[in-house]
Amino acid sequence: MTLTPSPPATSVPAPLVQDPAARRSLWAGSVIDVDVHAQVPSAETLFPYLARQWVDWCTERNWKQPQGPLAHYPPTSPRTCRPEWRPEDGRTPASDVALLREHVLDPWDVEAAIVNCYYGVDSIRQPDWHNAMTRAVNDWLVEEWLGRDPRLRASMVLPARDPRSMVEEIHRIGAHPGIVQVLLPVRTDALWGRRMFFPVFEAMAEHGLVAGLHYGGTPDGVPSTTGYPSYFIEEYAAEWQAFGSQITSMVAEGVFQVVPELRVSVLEGGFLWLPAWGWRMNKDWKGLRREVPWVTEPPFDVVRRHFRFSTAPTEAGPDAMLQTALGWLRSEDLLMFATDYPHGHDDDLAQLLGAMTESMRAKTMAENAREWYALA
Amino acid sequence: MSTRRYVVARAADLADGEKMAVEVGGRSVAIFNVRGTFYGLLNRCPHRGADLCAGRFLPRVTAAVPGEYHYDTDQTFLACPWHGWEFDVTTGQSYFDPVGMRGRPYSVEIENGAVVASELEAGTLAVSRMTPQQYAAAVGGAGTGMQPGPLHAETVTVEVEDDYLVVDLRPQRPQRRTP
Repeated sequence: MTLTPSPPATSVPAPLVQDPAARRSLWAGSVIDVDVHAQVPSAETLFPYLARQWVDWCTERNWKQPQGPLAHYPPTSPRTCRPEWRPEDGRTPASDVALLREHVLDPWDVEAAIVNCYYGVDSIRQPDWHNAMTRAVNDWLVEEWLGRDPRLRASMVLPARDPRSMVEEIHRIGAHPGIVQVLLPVRTDALWGRRMFFPVFEAMAEHGLVAGLHYGGTPDGVPSTTGYPSYFIEEYAAEWQAFGSQITSMVAEGVFQVVPELRVSVLEGGFLWLPAWGWRMNKDWKGLRREVPWVTEPPFDVVRRHFRFSTAPTEAGPDAMLQTALGWLRSEDLLMFATDYPHGHDDDLAQLLGAMTESMRAKTMAENAREWYALA
Repeated sequence: MSTRRYVVARAADLADGEKMAVEVGGRSVAIFNVRGTFYGLLNRCPHRGADLCAGRFLPRVTAAVPGEYHYDTDQTFLACPWHGWEFDVTTGQSYFDPVGMRGRPYSVEIENGAVVASELEAGTLAVSRMTPQQYAAAVGGAGTGMQPGPLHAETVTVEVEDDYLVVDLRPQRPQRRTP
């Protein structure tokens, strides 16, 4: 791989600055942001979208919010919200379109952004309430986000514990022109490749929706592969293992033979663990492929065709090593820029772009996402 | 006169579905009887050099989608004993990368004993370095108990009514797998 030696003209230190000139000095071309968050500020926000029975269900219990996100995103952590993006008036970060415009869409001259709401509805075990809250979040996204800025597209959320309800919800709202993706928590009761989920992926394909595998999830099991971590850093830094397990499952179980048009975005999952995963899978596939004879090509090739990865967080090491590691992806088509607003991953976009060829920069900042999400 | 063709066994010694390794020209060659046709492969997996002849024959299994298997017992692959890579012994091609990863095939022909005898005499055919059992089989029992070693053509008893397997070490053009 030949790399353009010159890094972008001005090196803008992380975090991103809310400054149009700095943005242009870093990257003058189009920007599509594939992961900005909409955060439900309170249960009351959703009451207009809930039947009376479920409003009462919340108020009778003095229920405030799903528990999952409190663990995944400790409320005052700078990982949860960059300090400069935290509203001074105490409002919930990223809780309305005006904040998103002020912090990202306008200063960064974003052509399109995909709104992901990790509210954690899968923390709710009561199945009917779970479904009602899912519908409420999706209707809130359509009404108060998609309806208020033409640059926005959104991921719908799912009742991730029940495949039949998942399919129903996809058919209920998946045809909305602003809905381009279905958000799937990366931690689940069962791996996403399992056959019980095939109808869910078929329903997504029917509506041309991307599957967005996203950080978080509150399954019955433990957050790591073997037990509960003691510290947030363990959960945060090791989450890529859950992504690795899900990708392995989806490839091995044959999801892409059943739904050949399925596209999967890995959001907040990192991407430099991928080459090591790919080498290992390709090696083992040669001798173990009899188990999974529907996998007729090297698994890394399947991933290059069916998966894309958001750039936040970036597992960047020293510049020269980052450049080498990006080459291991063997493709310029895999990465899609994301601010992950309002989360703060301590990423240095200048460093990442500096390690890329000019063509890979353009693809990463906008073109890969434009094609992946069929954005006009 | 040097030759690269070796008589290695009586055809009757290798039944349908069986395999054995023979040493010819300083190398081990695995020979296979696949429904009456004989094939040879360098007895060294192209991956890490394992003894391919120690592998198992496994039916070809394919599937277009999960769970809808086509389990074809008419076509078997030899699975390497070390890492399970599957090979088509009729061509040497690996299953996962038929073009880029393949074993080295050798042709194995059946020759009538009369032809073998005259070729041995003419020096256009040599005798393999055999195991005592193979030697015994090839010489009709007369050599039982002998140590394997470089043999001279004149010590071999060839029965004119028998058929023999002849391994040709000259490079052969790779064949395409029959569909």
